[in-house]
Amino acid sequence: MNISVTSISVARARHEHDSAHDDGSMTVLGFWIYLMSDCLIFSCLFATFGVLAESTAGGPSGRELFDLPYVAGETLLLLISSFTFGIAVLNMHAKRKHNVIAWLAITFLFGAGFIAMELREFAYLISEGAGPSRSAFLSAYFTLVGTHGLHVTVGLLWLAVMMHQTVYFGLDDVVRRRLACLSLFWHFLDLIWICVFTFVYLRGVL
Amino acid sequence: MMFGKLSLEAIPFHEPIIIGTGAVVAILGVGILGLITYLHQWKYLWDEWITSVDHKKIGVMYFGLGLVMLLRGFADAIMMRAQQAMAAGGAAGYLPPQHYDQIFTAHGVIMIFFVATPFLLGLMNVVVPLQIGARDVAFPFVNSLGFWLSAVGGALVMISMWVGDFAATGWVAYPPLSELGYSPTVGVDYYLWSLQVSGLGTTLAGINFIVTILRMRAPGMDLMKMPVFTWTALITNILIVAIFPVLTATLALLSVDRYIDMHFFTNELGGNAMMYINLIWIWGHPEVYVLILPAFGAFSEIIATFSGKPLFGYKSMVYATSSIGVLSFSVWLHHFFTMGSGANVNAFFGIMTTIISIPTGVKLFNWLFTMFRGRIRFHSATLWTIGFMVTFAVGGMTGVLLAVPGADFVLHNSLFLVAHFHNVIIGGTVFGSLAGMSFWFPKVFGFTLNEFWGKVSFWCWLIGYWLAFTPLYILGFKCMTRRMNHYDVPGWHPYLVVALIGACIIGAGILALIIQLAVSIRDRKENRDLTGDPWDARSLEWSTASPAPFYNFAHIPRITSLEQHWEDKETGRVGMLASYYDDIHMPKNTSAGFVISAFGFVLCFALVWHMWVFATIGLFGMVATFILRTYNRDVDYYVPAAQVARIESERYALTRKAAYR
Repeated sequence: MNISVTSISVARARHEHDSAHDDGSMTVLGFWIYLMSDCLIFSCLFATFGVLAESTAGGPSGRELFDLPYVAGETLLLLISSFTFGIAVLNMHAKRKHNVIAWLAITFLFGAGFIAMELREFAYLISEGAGPSRSAFLSAYFTLVGTHGLHVTVGLLWLAVMMHQTVYFGLDDVVRRRLACLSLFWHFLDLIWICVFTFVYLRGVL
Repeated sequence: MMFGKLSLEAIPFHEPIIIGTGAVVAILGVGILGLITYLHQWKYLWDEWITSVDHKKIGVMYFGLGLVMLLRGFADAIMMRAQQAMAAGGAAGYLPPQHYDQIFTAHGVIMIFFVATPFLLGLMNVVVPLQIGARDVAFPFVNSLGFWLSAVGGALVMISMWVGDFAATGWVAYPPLSELGYSPTVGVDYYLWSLQVSGLGTTLAGINFIVTILRMRAPGMDLMKMPVFTWTALITNILIVAIFPVLTATLALLSVDRYIDMHFFTNELGGNAMMYINLIWIWGHPEVYVLILPAFGAFSEIIATFSGKPLFGYKSMVYATSSIGVLSFSVWLHHFFTMGSGANVNAFFGIMTTIISIPTGVKLFNWLFTMFRGRIRFHSATLWTIGFMVTFAVGGMTGVLLAVPGADFVLHNSLFLVAHFHNVIIGGTVFGSLAGMSFWFPKVFGFTLNEFWGKVSFWCWLIGYWLAFTPLYILGFKCMTRRMNHYDVPGWHPYLVVALIGACIIGAGILALIIQLAVSIRDRKENRDLTGDPWDARSLEWSTASPAPFYNFAHIPRITSLEQHWEDKETGRVGMLASYYDDIHMPKNTSAGFVISAFGFVLCFALVWHMWVFATIGLFGMVATFILRTYNRDVDYYVPAAQVARIESERYALTRKAAYR
């Protein structure tokens, strides 16, 4: 960090409640509000899935299609990735840069594994003739699960960028703030997935 | 292959009206671009506006977008009125049905998303940071990005006129009509992507303002010392963040139906069109409160200022605004009472709808009591406010009438409904935006607007509104439905001729508005506001100079009162020169918002025409620009104290000059 003239003016400006200066908490608040708005997108998708769950139009239902142990495996990967992200954040607080990068990489691998399994499941369903255009139920299923998958994919891209930024900038204020937001995002997606697992898969099979 | 569905056939050469307008717009556009080049203003435009993160300039750009789109939306309106005034009995009018349908759809979409919304976001951008004593918004870059995304949405709607077509479905695009089977052209796709991209911009603005208002108020300004306009802005932005995701999701579902053959809202394979109608109105009803609440806030500030009294019932105003915000989520079903939800459901939503008129009534009485025994100055902003109170009250009452399910069965989708929502949106949102413009204009530009042409504009709008829409109320009772290209009931014809005359008078009001701007710019030296407080107003934005310096306040004010500026005037603490200044921390301009939005335009346009290569380029460009921006650490700077001191002492000298005058 620059220590010289600017840090003096920072100190002076700070005790005047400097509007343009964000200590990170404003970004985190803004990100929380974004997450809540994203949560609303998911709630719309859950609601439409709820309405259309029985609209199989003579096609296959969830009971015939879903392979619960396979999905449980997917779920496990995502849950473990949340745990490893937690460890990355702990290392971030301890300012251990290399450990942060390593644990982010492990998180990335678990997330990528989850996406790979999901894509394989989608490919299987489509090859069975149970693609998204077969029935309203399958449209809702692919859209809900696919939107979550898209979010995880964005999260993977973000993880990759953050690993590079940790190397490039070190664990400075901005990188820590961004890691905090990414961590919120990642755990949020975990939470959404638990709802997907419960309301889509368990409810469909049991 | 590269160009997907796009070919030269997409340009409607056989439609003289469209091609004629296109030629005029092209000539005007080339003329303006040529003029900018001739005057060497590109660098100024790029440095001072396009890349600006100054909330005041972004506010002005939002307002500019709204004004330009108002001209387009009004052109649509007058074409519809002319068609209906002509197409009675045997006459077919001059607009073929397919074109007419696109016009009423475009009119609705443009007026809601690209006129009313930019006006209100523009007002909030200009006013909120100044009212809370902040130097900018919480996320200045996001603010710029949000504006440019909205502008891209507007550009897409405009382009649809000449390349391809626009949706012919009505402004909420109900399926199954908006599904691929019944709307096979790109019209609905233009609709979807222009709303998605501008909706994203609006959501970003919403998040930005919530954080700004919650976290950046000057020390001492607790929530109950916040000016009423800022309160309405807070509730509005909470509504925005709560509803625009629903719109995004709903339109996305319609998109996957159209693009990858899904079946959310189709007639076959289990789709459910009613679900779309519920979802779109879960967004749509709170949206009308998004449009009206900031206007309420603007009227509150104006009426207090020009009555020379504190706002009556500040607390009840805050509670009324908040309860409108909450109640707005429990009324959406009144948009489709006739769709068979059953008597009990209809009764619930009917009652909730009537209840929401109570807090609105509270507000109306508060404004009246503010005026009561006040020393009222009839500035044009006051006229807009009084015109609003009269007009909006009628609109509210017809709304309560429509909220009765039994009455709604008769009036649903009739011109009575059309008259009702124009009554509240013109009488509320448009009047509020124009009142706010004449009120806050000097704060941004440093000179006041011409009063004569402002008053001409007001009277034309007011008289024009009543002439144009009273006949529609009557026609609603005579069972004329909305969106008719042609009718064979001769008795309706005289009313529609009167409505056309009314629309022409509104047109004169818009013309007067343009003249007002031109005359005011010409006379800017005479109308210079040296004091920073031309209306003897009450809240914080009037304590700084006009135009407000780019850093807003040299020192962040300390707040002890609800009407801080008024109290400072009473206790003689205004217009003093500070003894010292600090360096001021400000965000740097950035082109990222503009570049991301430009790629967003490529993405959306390519998606409309199924040009997958260009779509990939657009998406990649957006993501890459955003990521590159995160690597830029040079995002802020310090204004040296000496520079602040110079600007402030110049301003002080001007104020002294004004005092000696």
